Amino acid sequence: MESVKSPAKPKKWLWFHRFGSPAWIYGFAGRWSGRFGLIAGLLFLTGLYLGLVVAPPDYQMGDSYRIIFIHVPSAWLSMFSYAILAISAGIGLVWHIKVADMAARSIAPLGAMFTFCALVTGSLWGKPTWGTYWVWDARLTSELVLLFLFIGFMALSDAFEDRRTGARASAVLALIGIVNLPIIHFSVEWWNTLHQGSTVTRMGRPTMDTSMLVPLLVMFAGFNFYFIAAVLKRLRVQLLDQERRTRWVRELPHD
Amino acid sequence: MADHDLSMWSAMWSVIRRDLLISFRERGDILQPVLFFIIVVSLFPLAVIPEPQLLRQAGPGIIWVAALLATLLALDGMFRPDYEDGTLEQIILSAHPLSMLVLGKVVAHWLVAGLPLVIISPLLGLLMQLPVDAIVILLLALLLGTPALSLLGAVGVGLTVGIRKSGVLLSLVILPLYVPVLIFGSGAVHATLSGLDPSPHLLLLAAFSLFSMALCPLAGASALRISVN
Repeated sequence: MESVKSPAKPKKWLWFHRFGSPAWIYGFAGRWSGRFGLIAGLLFLTGLYLGLVVAPPDYQMGDSYRIIFIHVPSAWLSMFSYAILAISAGIGLVWHIKVADMAARSIAPLGAMFTFCALVTGSLWGKPTWGTYWVWDARLTSELVLLFLFIGFMALSDAFEDRRTGARASAVLALIGIVNLPIIHFSVEWWNTLHQGSTVTRMGRPTMDTSMLVPLLVMFAGFNFYFIAAVLKRLRVQLLDQERRTRWVRELPHD
Repeated sequence: MADHDLSMWSAMWSVIRRDLLISFRERGDILQPVLFFIIVVSLFPLAVIPEPQLLRQAGPGIIWVAALLATLLALDGMFRPDYEDGTLEQIILSAHPLSMLVLGKVVAHWLVAGLPLVIISPLLGLLMQLPVDAIVILLLALLLGTPALSLLGAVGVGLTVGIRKSGVLLSLVILPLYVPVLIFGSGAVHATLSGLDPSPHLLLLAAFSLFSMALCPLAGASALRISVN
């Protein structure tokens, strides 16, 4: 009679399944958070140098366009982090994986920060370019709604006495809010808005000059690495908080 | 009463009937949202210069925001009384699909808190100095939009029913989801005021309501299961 499960199978997927283990991922996050943070720092320095010093002024906007190097990555990351948050929360909801719930809780404040940065930098850019700090067009409004969704997620997950119930309830909210992401992205196509249309993520070549595109992409990569580093750091805090009664936490070296 | 004799539609109808009966016994449940709606809309001309041009511009938005708030206030009565006396657990445990029973509760809520708003809206349109064609579109927009408000509200209330003092949290959770309804509903009336065609707005409102009708009962059912267990 053959064995039901060959011994090779569990080992094959172990590299994936151990991400669900709080003890293992605590160590993983510790190792990689610092490394990604360092890479992010280097990318920021390079990107800011290229963007603020090397890139030429725009023929229409002068030097005020340079805030694009913060505004665009922030805005992109606000949407990306919401998507990751929703996926993470969804995984926690469906497969009852604690680490996924904790990851979602870690992402939410970061996502809110990116959204806020995008709104503020956009508003500061809007004043010299459009003449106003704010306008209620589709993109700005839906980005503001995204900020409210992040805040609502955080509020709802903290409102329950039982952390597990809070995680599941906020996961439902996160999944419902996903419908906002295509609205934000396609708002510049669907409505006549004051906000500029897509220049980078469109069919065909980007319509931006290389000297400006390169710093933008470098900053973009820097923001992404920062995001991962910060999420991993926060995840460690969540793990310590939620798993404080387990043996592996109690046996951690105190320093 | 044997469960297996009831089809899911009969079960849904019995939920609607029960909720309507309870609402009619507490007349306040029916009158309060409408009165709130009227009072809030009336506050604005008192606070702002009641110049007809100004009111006409601001009117659709004010009426819609007031409708949103009135619906929000009435939402608490959807699940909380049942949660407190244990009926909600029995509803969740019943053999019938919970999403249909949630839909029944939403229908009852809309009949009590949504439809009266729609009916009274022409009066408020007159208060805001709107022309007749704009009032007709306002009526239609509210008719198409308020079901979405009740449906999305059901999900929000389902998520927060287990929390004490959840009033403000409920608003924080639901209002971002209400924003599209507000934008298109108000936009339809503004389009009419500008002489443009309101049908894109109305069609999008209708689409939103239908989309909500398809998905919100399921989301609401899952929210209830999370909250109560």
